[in-house]
Amino acid sequence: MSERKSEPGARPAVGRRRRWLRPQMFPYLLLVPAVVFELLIHIVPMVFGVVISFLKLTALYIRNWSQAPFVGFENFRIGLNTHGAIGSALVHSFLITLAYTVLVVAGSWGFGVAAALLVNSEFRGRGWFRTLFLIPYTLPIYVAVIAWEFMLQQNTGSINTLLVDDLHILKNPPFWLIGGKAFWSLVMTALWRSWPFAFLLVLAALQNIPQDLYEAAAVDGASRWRQFRSITLPQIRPVSTVVVLVLFLWTFNDFNTPYILFGQSPPSAADLLSLHIYVNSFVDLNFGLGAAMSTLLLIFLFIVSVVYVRLLRVGSEENA
Amino acid sequence: MREERFYRVLRVIGLAFFTLITAFPLYTVVISSIKPLGDVQSAFHWIPSRITFEPYVQIWSTVPLAHYFINSAIVCVSATVISVIVAILAAYAVSRYRFFGRDPFRLTVLSTQMFPGILFLLPLFIIFVNIDQTFGVHLYGSRVGLIITYLTFSLPLSIWMLVGYFNSIPRELEEAAMVDGSTALGALFRVLIPVSLPGIVAVAVFAFMTAWGEVLFASVLTTNATRTLAIGLRDYASQSNVYWNQLMAAAIVVSIPVVAGFLALQRYLVQGLTAGGVKG
Repeated sequence: MSERKSEPGARPAVGRRRRWLRPQMFPYLLLVPAVVFELLIHIVPMVFGVVISFLKLTALYIRNWSQAPFVGFENFRIGLNTHGAIGSALVHSFLITLAYTVLVVAGSWGFGVAAALLVNSEFRGRGWFRTLFLIPYTLPIYVAVIAWEFMLQQNTGSINTLLVDDLHILKNPPFWLIGGKAFWSLVMTALWRSWPFAFLLVLAALQNIPQDLYEAAAVDGASRWRQFRSITLPQIRPVSTVVVLVLFLWTFNDFNTPYILFGQSPPSAADLLSLHIYVNSFVDLNFGLGAAMSTLLLIFLFIVSVVYVRLLRVGSEENA
Repeated sequence: MREERFYRVLRVIGLAFFTLITAFPLYTVVISSIKPLGDVQSAFHWIPSRITFEPYVQIWSTVPLAHYFINSAIVCVSATVISVIVAILAAYAVSRYRFFGRDPFRLTVLSTQMFPGILFLLPLFIIFVNIDQTFGVHLYGSRVGLIITYLTFSLPLSIWMLVGYFNSIPRELEEAAMVDGSTALGALFRVLIPVSLPGIVAVAVFAFMTAWGEVLFASVLTTNATRTLAIGLRDYASQSNVYWNQLMAAAIVVSIPVVAGFLALQRYLVQGLTAGGVKG
């Protein structure tokens, strides 16, 4: 209020205030909080993470990181040396994660599209199905995974009751959470939780397809299958690309599913990357090595995302 | 019309399949939460030998569940509120103004959203420990520290969704208000925010849900006093015993706020998500 009553001497100050309030400055003012937070929570930690990856930062130096010896690319060399124990374990973990991601993303997309098509047509009670199918996704992730952990117990789990006692598919109840089957436990659990996300988005996309496209096609004598291929699939393509990218990133970075199912010592068949890095950092207390692995993961994800976005032009910069 | 019948049969089979795979785990959880302990510790049976609601009473004393509940609520609500407010301002700028640095900002937000939590956890952990050491400020193991780390995923998510949502709202609405003498900020608060409420609700619910389920940061950055539900639920499993019935009961209690919230706001969520998140 006070600047309104401007005395002659106060002129320059008013001028400076005015410059701050110039319309060009307004968007920057709005961005200040976001930029400050982005710096604090993303940029600084990321740069710091890269710095750590060049240090031999073990438990000894955790309270005073600047004393940790500088080792250059040593951590990266160890991580990428496929002849060494650490490097080969990292490659193994990477490949497991890749297989896991491909299966979960492909399965989620397929289930999501199928269920969305089923619920999209008019029939009584479709609202109930829609709600039911969304529940797995709305549950807190640890609840979903704990539920599966319980179901996958060898002697007290409902899955073995179903497979062995009721359906007689298997003779002896297998261990699902130990050994090679652990990988499939992981895939099933993640798939159960992820597909409703694809379902939700694809269903919304389906409802935006103009109905007269189908009517015109029907007049031309196109079969349902033909309509699906020539109208539905192209129309849900933009949503599908986003769904696949988002699910890829979530699944590839997944920590929750393996950590809750197996704790800090997962079976080798289910040793996903995020958990692998976590164990190397916080259990084996080699933070420098963990940071180097994180940096490698970052580079990989960055390349994949850029290639994917370029190929499919998602992120649609053009409509902004 | 043969084809019609074929598709109707296909639909029934398909719906039955998805209903079964969805309901099977839900049934296991619900039925186990009302079984006596002896039942859940022996072979699984579809029908309980005896129905009891004791697990729902016991969960509160076996484990300090209420305490974890409060911790989770404080952390998740704070992270959500902060990210939504900061995101509204930033998204308004990005959506309505052309300015130098706009694209680098958008790109930064988009890319940080893609990075794994483990990438930020490690440096933040070391930064927190060292701040504690140097300045005596307790971020490590405190709720404030946890809230800050939760912003790493809730803030980019909120900004990204809101930019998309604001873009879908015609700018003529605010321009009309500004012609009537409103300032840009006034137009944001009096016109754009009320109109965008569905989108803002969607963003808040997603941010809250993601935080409510968060495990990674909570597993490293909490102590007994600040433990969240995500980690606290582990306490039902002791060395000698797993109280599966109580664990399942607690799982249901913990899920109620988010599942109920999500389902109640479903309409807005789909609207907000498709306008913002997808066409972004």
